[in-house]
Amino acid sequence: MKFVDEFRSPRLISRTGEEIRRLADPNRHYRIMEVCGGHTHAIYRFGLKDLLPSNVELIHGPGCPVCVLPMGRIDDGLSLAAEPNFIFAAFGDMMRVPGTHGSPLEYKARGMDVRIVYSPTDALKLARSNPEKHVMFFAIGFETTAPSTALTLVRAKAEGLRNFSVFCNHVTIIPAIRAILDSPDMRLDGFVGPGHVSTVIGCRPYDWIAKDEGKPVVVSGFEPLDILQSIVMLLRQLRKGEAKVENQYKRVVPWEGNRAALRAMAEVFELRPYFEWRGLGFISQSALKIRASYAAWDSEQRFSVPGVRVTDPKAAQCGEVLKGVLKPAQCKLFGRECTPEQPVGALMVSSEGSCAAYFNYEHRKPIAIAAAAN
Amino acid sequence: MATPATKIRFREPQIEMAHGAGGKASRRLVEGLFAPILFGAGQGPLGDAAHIQINGTRIAMTTDSFVVKPLRFPGGSIGELAINGTVNDLAVSGAKAEALVVTFVLEAGLPTDILEAEVRAMADAAEKAGVVIAGGDTKVVEHGKADHMYVTTTGIGRLLSGVEISPGSVRPGDKVLLSGPIGDHGITILLARGDLDLEADLRSDTRSVLPLVQALVREAGKGVRWMRDPTRGGVATSLNELARDCGHGIVICEEKIPVRDSVRGACELLGLDPLHIANEGQFLAIVSAELADTALRALRATPGGEEAEMIGQICEQPAGAVLVTTLYGGTRLVDMLVGDPLPRIC
Repeated sequence: MKFVDEFRSPRLISRTGEEIRRLADPNRHYRIMEVCGGHTHAIYRFGLKDLLPSNVELIHGPGCPVCVLPMGRIDDGLSLAAEPNFIFAAFGDMMRVPGTHGSPLEYKARGMDVRIVYSPTDALKLARSNPEKHVMFFAIGFETTAPSTALTLVRAKAEGLRNFSVFCNHVTIIPAIRAILDSPDMRLDGFVGPGHVSTVIGCRPYDWIAKDEGKPVVVSGFEPLDILQSIVMLLRQLRKGEAKVENQYKRVVPWEGNRAALRAMAEVFELRPYFEWRGLGFISQSALKIRASYAAWDSEQRFSVPGVRVTDPKAAQCGEVLKGVLKPAQCKLFGRECTPEQPVGALMVSSEGSCAAYFNYEHRKPIAIAAAAN
Repeated sequence: MATPATKIRFREPQIEMAHGAGGKASRRLVEGLFAPILFGAGQGPLGDAAHIQINGTRIAMTTDSFVVKPLRFPGGSIGELAINGTVNDLAVSGAKAEALVVTFVLEAGLPTDILEAEVRAMADAAEKAGVVIAGGDTKVVEHGKADHMYVTTTGIGRLLSGVEISPGSVRPGDKVLLSGPIGDHGITILLARGDLDLEADLRSDTRSVLPLVQALVREAGKGVRWMRDPTRGGVATSLNELARDCGHGIVICEEKIPVRDSVRGACELLGLDPLHIANEGQFLAIVSAELADTALRALRATPGGEEAEMIGQICEQPAGAVLVTTLYGGTRLVDMLVGDPLPRIC
């Protein structure tokens, strides 16, 4: 496949793996956080950890949109959609995420009109073709998906489409990184920076991580070679004692971001004073709400939302895993009470959740197996 | 007939779509509810078809229901699937389909020309597969109670001579063969539903695999241990079922698995793994190491088998699981499908 295979070339990948082994100081232990769940998924899917020396440790970050959503928000969304003539539309990622009384798919099995959409404009199409029903798009995601939600709202307003609204759960990545760096139990050497988020916000918003915190950031693509090359770039900086923001994903990420997307977001959204994140608690100015000028298309302003707050099951350690303090398998529930089939926490649901990635691809994997294959 | 001793292990409060998706949930339903009540204790691993004896003659018997939306899609339709699906289930259990009976569940309001087209498609597919349609039944349900039409086919077949299929006979060192590229059917259906605004030049792979199975058995029958057509749940689910049933590990090599570019592209975009995508015209075979090359040659020499590959082998470890070696020497486990494959966002 053009533009994919080039970044999966076994020859280049093994050469980059060698470069990593050469650059890593054997007397030092490196803890590098990949912020984005897409990176976590790729690391497990392509078995990249097998290519790293044991002193280069990858810590999985909070960049998985469904993982950080607290259960109360899911309950709120589903309780609205229990009204007659409601259609609950959401991305496939949301469908198996458990609320207190089940996931959207389970609600669907009990008769709720739940639709999987691939983009918010598909939800808008649903609203046009079902004028007798109200379509609520349950919006999730970081700055990656927020612009398409914004543009969809602009279009809904322009068309005067009254049977459509958005239940907005969009969050922003920078406050989450700050919360992690502020966490006392966290020692990190650098960040593999989010790729898709950065196509929108650019690379400047990470400057403070390098300048104030003294940690290097390399914005990275999602193919195996991208991720390994980003680790090389981080190790080079660490070796020289530098801390700066670099862009490995230049073929997609402009340094200044995407101005049109940022404008659309500014038109439709404003920052919430605070928002609750699963595992990370309340973080101020970390999420987006729909502006009053779009109130008619905001499910929260238009309908009365119960505002459910649910604490995670005590034994579940989603928060520690999200912050990178614990590895997935160190959680007490991992693989026993909590599996991809019967998930307790959202990290076990999304393909980008570190628990699901770890469970599906890694856990039970004896180390010497690769040799057996030959 | 259920005795108090029958232990039901299926504890889920209601049936979800995932119970029909062919993955783990389906297996729990069958093994936890149907098998203990209907077959009693001591039932071995469940195959694609039952083998039964009547007056000393062993025959294979199977049944399959078809619910597909849309009814017609590039490369096939529900009628063809209904014939080929049952013919294939018999073929991979080592039998040649001889006769089928058909049940139609029709929704009131179904246009006759749509029904007629499907019935004609079934007649054509049956003729191609060399199987007789010996009878049938029809039920009509109220409008809104079914998606146009559902079809069930039940078939019996004569066991091919010179082959004995059983997961228990699988040994470390045996090779894993795959008849051709995977994922065509599942991705074709996903795109044909039109929800995703994606287009690709892709056709379902629905066909009878009997000619390929016959060639394999003719040339390497003694070495053939196990076969399965990886329909819902894909290659990953079929191999995981085998790994659990035989107790050994299966190691497959990612670069050997044939996948068309359009399928790979759609999977990349949607966040799906081709190993979890449904097929309707491919099968997996486990063949002893000595006869594996002969078997591969036999498949490739048969029309429709040109793209067959040897994709891996049976190993002692990881016992009961399937491991993929990636292009770069890394490895990952591949589990059964959990629930339905759902497209992701970013």
